[in-house]
Amino acid sequence: MEMKATETAPLAMEWRQKKSTKPKSERFFEGLIKAGGYSSIVLIGAILFFILKESFPFLVGAFDFKNFFFSTNWNPASVNNVSYGILALIVGTLCVTCLSMLIAVPLGLATAFYISEFCSPRLRETYKILIEFLAAIPSVVWGFVAIMMINPMIIKTFNVPIGLNILNASIILALMSLPLIVSVGEDALRAVPDTYREAAEALGATRWEVATRVLLPAAKNGLLAAALLGVGRALGETMAVLMATGHSIQIPKSFFDPARTLTATIAAELGESPKGGEHYQALFAIGLVLFIISLIVNVTADHLIRGRKK
Amino acid sequence: MFKPSIHLLNKEIRENNFKGALSIMTFFLFLPALIIMFWLFIKGLPVLSLDFLLQDPIRGMTAGGIFPTIVGTFWLVIISVLVSCPLGVLAALYLSEYAADGRTTRIIRLAILNLAGVPSIVHALFGLGAFVLFLRMGTSILAASFTLAVMNLPVIITSTLESLKAVPHSFREASWNVGASKLQTIRHIVLPNSFPGILTGLVFAVGRSAGETAAILFTGVAFYLPFLPQSVFDQCMSLSMHLFTISTQVVGVPEAYPYATALVLILLILSINSISVLLRSYFRTRRKW
Repeated sequence: MEMKATETAPLAMEWRQKKSTKPKSERFFEGLIKAGGYSSIVLIGAILFFILKESFPFLVGAFDFKNFFFSTNWNPASVNNVSYGILALIVGTLCVTCLSMLIAVPLGLATAFYISEFCSPRLRETYKILIEFLAAIPSVVWGFVAIMMINPMIIKTFNVPIGLNILNASIILALMSLPLIVSVGEDALRAVPDTYREAAEALGATRWEVATRVLLPAAKNGLLAAALLGVGRALGETMAVLMATGHSIQIPKSFFDPARTLTATIAAELGESPKGGEHYQALFAIGLVLFIISLIVNVTADHLIRGRKK
Repeated sequence: MFKPSIHLLNKEIRENNFKGALSIMTFFLFLPALIIMFWLFIKGLPVLSLDFLLQDPIRGMTAGGIFPTIVGTFWLVIISVLVSCPLGVLAALYLSEYAADGRTTRIIRLAILNLAGVPSIVHALFGLGAFVLFLRMGTSILAASFTLAVMNLPVIITSTLESLKAVPHSFREASWNVGASKLQTIRHIVLPNSFPGILTGLVFAVGRSAGETAAILFTGVAFYLPFLPQSVFDQCMSLSMHLFTISTQVVGVPEAYPYATALVLILLILSINSISVLLRSYFRTRRKW
């Protein structure tokens, strides 16, 4: 094979020389394709740039690192006691995300196992289409379901005054992030070579043993990435959470307390804040925090998936 | 005759239990979606009529129909796809046909992944900063569509990339061997053969953007407009935003109205997605290789 490679080298050279004489239109289109290829890098950069640009006066002015991250006092509209503390919002986001993942990760991974290892091919196709449909339900409809359906259910079942609370948002978020967890988890399981399964079965392992002792360790990283992407989805969800959590900026004491998340705060307040004002810039600063968190989550998930492939 | 020992029998029972538990869990995953659909149908169907679809909302959105919101949603979705489709296909072409497996490619892939993972409200902030303010589009259909296009770009790139990769490499080699240039190969071999896949991904992206709310919240969608948009520089209403408005912001809306709006939205999206699924299975049976 080595020999062949050297033999074709002059030919490739010739081809390359020919390439430089290709017509202008062709070079134009290839330039266009290349530009398109770099567009996503440009866009990510642009997102960072514009969010920084809009929040810059706040970041160099009223921004106080300690107060911003460690104060629970979010009071941007007050006349004489303005305070931008997002701790309560961060805690709200964390509570909702953690509880929803407690529901969604086990359920999602179990489903991924079932779809990838146990069901018949035809059933698998059906489930996959169903998952796509589940993923297609828009977040505003989920928010509507939270208000109209889960809210009264929670009030009735747990005998609490309000049903728009952390529990409600977590249920909704769990349902919303399940499709992603299932499909990424299933990909991770399918990526385990069949030889692993065959080897284990040849040793007399049942499918349960194959699943828990062989597939689980082998697909560990991919499954972790699935969970992580679910977390990313839950962290970033806006409309459904805005509608389901109830409006109350506080450190929640139980799952039946209403809360407010980072995303919901931006959605709820940006419309009312005067453009270019400090409040408006502070909301962009929250956006910056969200952007950085999502960057970390996604890069980590990618790293895990890539680690598996090696 | 071989008789299974107790140990083996226990194993089998455990295995069956395990499988049963998993299938029940899977079923429970889909149960909520089915219940929600059923419930929307029951509550929304009585109001749903041609009048509801074709009338303007009246009396502070507590009566009338949802016509302007449907029109607005169509504007947004179509313009956003017109923007994101060429860009997405170009990006996918670059990744699959030109880019070498190197550092730049890895960074591009990472950028696509992150673009897909950025929260929609951050996209809204970006749209507000970049399109509405910096490019001076104002809060308009154009700004909102561009924001949606940025959101959809990773979806379109990923699905296009997948269908480009599905075209066997031998097709390209055959074309190069008869003297076609790389670009000619792309135009006459790669794109025609991957067209169905690209189309499927596109339809899927359309469905996704039809339901998006957060990203268009501050960039071009109004709570209520007394007239239809005349050009892309006008604001518009959208189905998703309308559902949000009448279910949380307006007092005195008859109970069935938001249900019917949600039902219309979800039926619209499900039918778009069904088209995508049908296209996929149709083209799969007709595939030549």
